[in-house]
Amino acid sequence: MSQSTFYLGNEAIVRGALEAGVDFAAAYPGTPSSEIIERLAAVADQRNLHVEWSINEKVAVEGAAAAANAGLTAVAAMKNAGMAVALDFLTHLSMTGLGDADGANVVVVCDDPNAHSSGDETDTRWLARFAYAPLMEPTTVPEAREMMAWAFGLSQRHKAWVMLRSCTRLSHASSIVESGELPPLAPKKARAQVEKCLTPYLARPKHQAVLEKLARVKEEFEASPFNGYEGPDSPELLVVAAGSGYMCALEAREILGLADKVGVLKLATLWPFPSALVAKHLATVKKVLVLEEVDPFVESLVSQTIGEAGFSGIEVLGKSGGQVTAFGEMTPERAMEAMGGVFGLSHQPRSAQYQEKLVAAGKNLISRGLTWCPGCPHRASFWALDKAIKATKEEVFVTGDIGCYTLDVFPEGKCQMNLLHAMGSSTGLAGGFGKLAQFGGEQKVISICGDSTFFHSAFPGLLNAVHHQADMIHVILDNGATAMTGFQAHPGTEYDAEGKQAHQVDPVALCQALGAPVVVADPFDLKATTKAFRDLLKAEPGVKVLVLRRVCELVRMKKEKSKPVTLKVDQEKCKGEKCGVCYGSFRCPAFALDSEGGKARIREEACPGCGVCAQICPFGAIVEEEQA
Amino acid sequence: MKLKHDPYNLVVCGVGGQGNILIARMIGRLMVAKGYHVNIGETFGAAQRGGSVYSSLRLSQKREYGPLIPKGMAHMVVGLEPLETLRLLNEYGHQDVVTLTNTKPIQPVGVLAGRNQYPDMEALAKDIKDLSAQSWFVDATGLAVEMGAPIVANIVLMGALLGTEQLPITRQEVEREMAATFPAGKLSLNLDALKAGLAAV
Repeated sequence: MSQSTFYLGNEAIVRGALEAGVDFAAAYPGTPSSEIIERLAAVADQRNLHVEWSINEKVAVEGAAAAANAGLTAVAAMKNAGMAVALDFLTHLSMTGLGDADGANVVVVCDDPNAHSSGDETDTRWLARFAYAPLMEPTTVPEAREMMAWAFGLSQRHKAWVMLRSCTRLSHASSIVESGELPPLAPKKARAQVEKCLTPYLARPKHQAVLEKLARVKEEFEASPFNGYEGPDSPELLVVAAGSGYMCALEAREILGLADKVGVLKLATLWPFPSALVAKHLATVKKVLVLEEVDPFVESLVSQTIGEAGFSGIEVLGKSGGQVTAFGEMTPERAMEAMGGVFGLSHQPRSAQYQEKLVAAGKNLISRGLTWCPGCPHRASFWALDKAIKATKEEVFVTGDIGCYTLDVFPEGKCQMNLLHAMGSSTGLAGGFGKLAQFGGEQKVISICGDSTFFHSAFPGLLNAVHHQADMIHVILDNGATAMTGFQAHPGTEYDAEGKQAHQVDPVALCQALGAPVVVADPFDLKATTKAFRDLLKAEPGVKVLVLRRVCELVRMKKEKSKPVTLKVDQEKCKGEKCGVCYGSFRCPAFALDSEGGKARIREEACPGCGVCAQICPFGAIVEEEQA
Repeated sequence: MKLKHDPYNLVVCGVGGQGNILIARMIGRLMVAKGYHVNIGETFGAAQRGGSVYSSLRLSQKREYGPLIPKGMAHMVVGLEPLETLRLLNEYGHQDVVTLTNTKPIQPVGVLAGRNQYPDMEALAKDIKDLSAQSWFVDATGLAVEMGAPIVANIVLMGALLGTEQLPITRQEVEREMAATFPAGKLSLNLDALKAGLAAV
């Protein structure tokens, strides 16, 4: 029996996967994709699934491909940056295909236009094309369920992995979804296909075969009911809309009152491009506007289609021509501006007087920056690092990595990281800098990553540096969780994605096995941690590892629900504004400067009682309640 | 009772951890149950690090709308924090917007660190009033603290939202929804919070 449920976009994707009978799911967490594996893990036992947080996206797609090879239905999920990590394997998988066991393999990639929670807003649709993979992009939450369920069939029919692209405004939108049936739980018999060697290398004709495969997929896409046209028979303007561009197009047309002049061609099967369908609609128009998320991907294919069809005099409006801003996310007002531009219409919902009032109120609109939580071990680690760097005569710089500790470069951080790139890049960069003595390089380099990032991809860089005897210090901020994205499991945790007991890998033992000297310290012991940094900066050249180990405060609080200590500021000893070390420099948000007394104050409701601040006050004014 | 506009564009905003998503989704489920098309847009990457968060609700009897409200086209802004009400008015407000605001400020980290000054509360309330066709202010946090549970400030504000009579939902419907979705042990406290909010407007 079908039922309607209020689903998050990612939950609709999960529902589609379950309706398609998914067996195996693997991913590395990353906003806005993480809920997919979390929701699948929650029903793993009930639906007899294997669900895992893999160490990185490449391993995730390899695991899913193995399951598909053995005849199972498999899904891998990731954010845009993860697609680049997975790409090497996926490119080759397109050439081999999934084999003959009737398996299915869908890869869900969640892009983050506007980079709400990312270091970039890259458009991964190019990568599907690069990797010869069929690509679909749902436009609404209900369609995400339907398309996801359908994608597995497409994958199975063509023995190809298939990419489903989502974006933040779909993955993190909620809407009503009419669900279909879940298939009955049937016994499975997985069997790896080992009868013949499956590899892209043994046969160059694989390239030819994959092109033929894409031609067959194109035939399906040309007739797909996921694409559709709404509007007048001969529109003055044709809008070709993909992803969030579709809802924005409908809204813009409605607000501007252009229903009788503008037609909207919704495209949801994007690669191979359904050029015949698009050409059919282009045949009757002189102007076409393309609305899509991030790059002019569909737009360039529309232009190509116009050329191939031999149409002349059709004007293509979009990002290439500057009618739509080429960066940031698609919004209804961007759609309105581009559409309205064609008809000389504009829509200003605000009166001039209201605009003036907004400008006047702007002076009160102060920003609300992000920072580490009160009690976060990273604040202590960076405090100690700052002290050690200031105390040494050497010139020291830091290569950073991706996780909560990245907040160091935000306005309220300690701003110690000098270079910050992709997941795991801290060690690879430091390994390179650590070999520059030969060229007169004299600076000392410290690389920093978290535990999950260490396992994800910082480990190979460290191994490389050890092998080449680079001179560097690598710091692992081991807080026992993938904290930034919601405390997901990784090899260093004793549980897995399904919450079951897992084999725990100790990063200390792993680094020791490389032959690097490893020092372990508790960042809450600021003196010992600062000393560890200082000693390592004076140590002999070579790779040194410092593991700063202290569990994420949010994880601790959830488990223990208690304050280790209750602190207060001794108002006699506190120098207030003359000092400001606790609230202004350490910047724990549990502190505030009391505007009346001019002294520091601990905000009881925000303080988790870690006690680190008692070590940083130069006047010993931060004391435990009992001692006061 | 019907929607005052269709689509009706509602913003629920606050600071990470205040529970804006909980009340946005509660409103969403209630409207779905009544047969409306509902779409909620959220950004929650910053939710746990003290950042600004908001949910945008698109409510309609006609069709499903996308999650983003067009700039300057919200019909109502519900703010769990006054500075955030102003922030979202700046994005989505216009001369006919109405607002409901919890009056308890949450200091941004830049203020705590002594780099910025939180605006004077009277000036902030005046800005919000000037930028709203109608505005309601409720000390939701204060009422929740009086009940011994600051965490239920969002439910107090939900009660106040009922009191503003801007949405076609009734107290009975909200209470039924809460009974169905809240843990039994927490229900009576939350029902009290709802009542306190309703009485406050």
